[in-house]
Amino acid sequence: MKTKSHLKLLIELFATFFKIGSFTFGGGYAMIPLIEREVVENKKWVTSDEVIDVFAVAQSMPGAIAINSSTFIGYKIAGKKGALVATAGVILPSLLIITLIAMFFSKVQDNPMVKAVFSGIRPAIVALILTAAIKVSKTSIVDKIGLLLAVLAVVLVVVFDVQAIVVILGGAAVGLGIYYLFPLKAARILSDGGHKD
Amino acid sequence: MIYLQLFLSFMKIGLFSFGGGYAMIPLIQKEIESHGWLSASQFVDIIAIAEMTPGPIAVNSATFVGYKAAGIVGGLIATIGVATPSLVLILIVSRYFFKFQDHPVNKMIFYGIRPVIVGLIFSAAVFVAQTAFLKESTVLNLSYMLENFLYIINFKGVLIFAISLICLVKFKINPILMIVISGILGLLITI
Repeated sequence: MKTKSHLKLLIELFATFFKIGSFTFGGGYAMIPLIEREVVENKKWVTSDEVIDVFAVAQSMPGAIAINSSTFIGYKIAGKKGALVATAGVILPSLLIITLIAMFFSKVQDNPMVKAVFSGIRPAIVALILTAAIKVSKTSIVDKIGLLLAVLAVVLVVVFDVQAIVVILGGAAVGLGIYYLFPLKAARILSDGGHKD
Repeated sequence: MIYLQLFLSFMKIGLFSFGGGYAMIPLIQKEIESHGWLSASQFVDIIAIAEMTPGPIAVNSATFVGYKAAGIVGGLIATIGVATPSLVLILIVSRYFFKFQDHPVNKMIFYGIRPVIVGLIFSAAVFVAQTAFLKESTVLNLSYMLENFLYIINFKGVLIFAISLICLVKFKINPILMIVISGILGLLITI
């Protein structure tokens, strides 16, 4: 009997995260309110305090926020199998939709009309990404060191073709360096909270 | 072994992507470039499609790039690759994370990483701008670009960019609606 209800829970987890994956446009951050509504309000699997912790972990670990949150919530609810099922559920809609689009897109991408549409979309994507950069900078760049790091990252990646991974590790090294070499400065940064949220 | 390459590349992308979708673009671009899986403009089209379809950009672009490089199985393998680090790390780390979440060392590491993420997102904008503002087949050579400045710039692109930026920042237009509008503008300008 227990295994049967466990199976039912896993199916329910899969269905819930499949739904979340199907209806969120615009990536991870857009998914947060939807996950909250489904797993806290509708299913009552976790409390609203717990889900805030989940998002904190999801955002500070590598990987897509959507995948991280789904894995974590699945794990909390039904262990390792739950993690696997929730992650598969959230990924599957994208996988199906994108595979269909990719099959179709290869056939039409050289069509002059399609080319014209995408020549209009590309500049809008630049504006979209720039808007995201401005938005993230408001909470992520809190002082001159932060501004310097951001500018340095752009120069290294764009001009000197440095790998993004190296730049990320470099940023971590700067943070650690300040902590161990300039404890007074680190204390001041930490007392300011490190970042504005 | 293209399947293994796809899996490893996207696992690497999943492992080193902090800060969500756009911050991953320079990372994905590097992998695509070094393996010759897609052209720059094809990749930008994928970003547009990923933005318009549901689901995380990381997953969408993994599926698309994998499909382009090695068919349906390629798409599946790249997607599993990008999700694997999350799955493994969350299972291992989630139990210990809360103990270290407020540790000063952890906070200082993120103090250094956060501004870099902003830099990466900005770099993604610069990368996409190259395909959006320059005419096709432009040689990316600084002195050539400066000498032929007026000839290589795609002014229609710059115009649509300016319109989009104003709509997004000032009027807070929904990103998907913005993509639809810009697509229509692109079509109208060309015809």
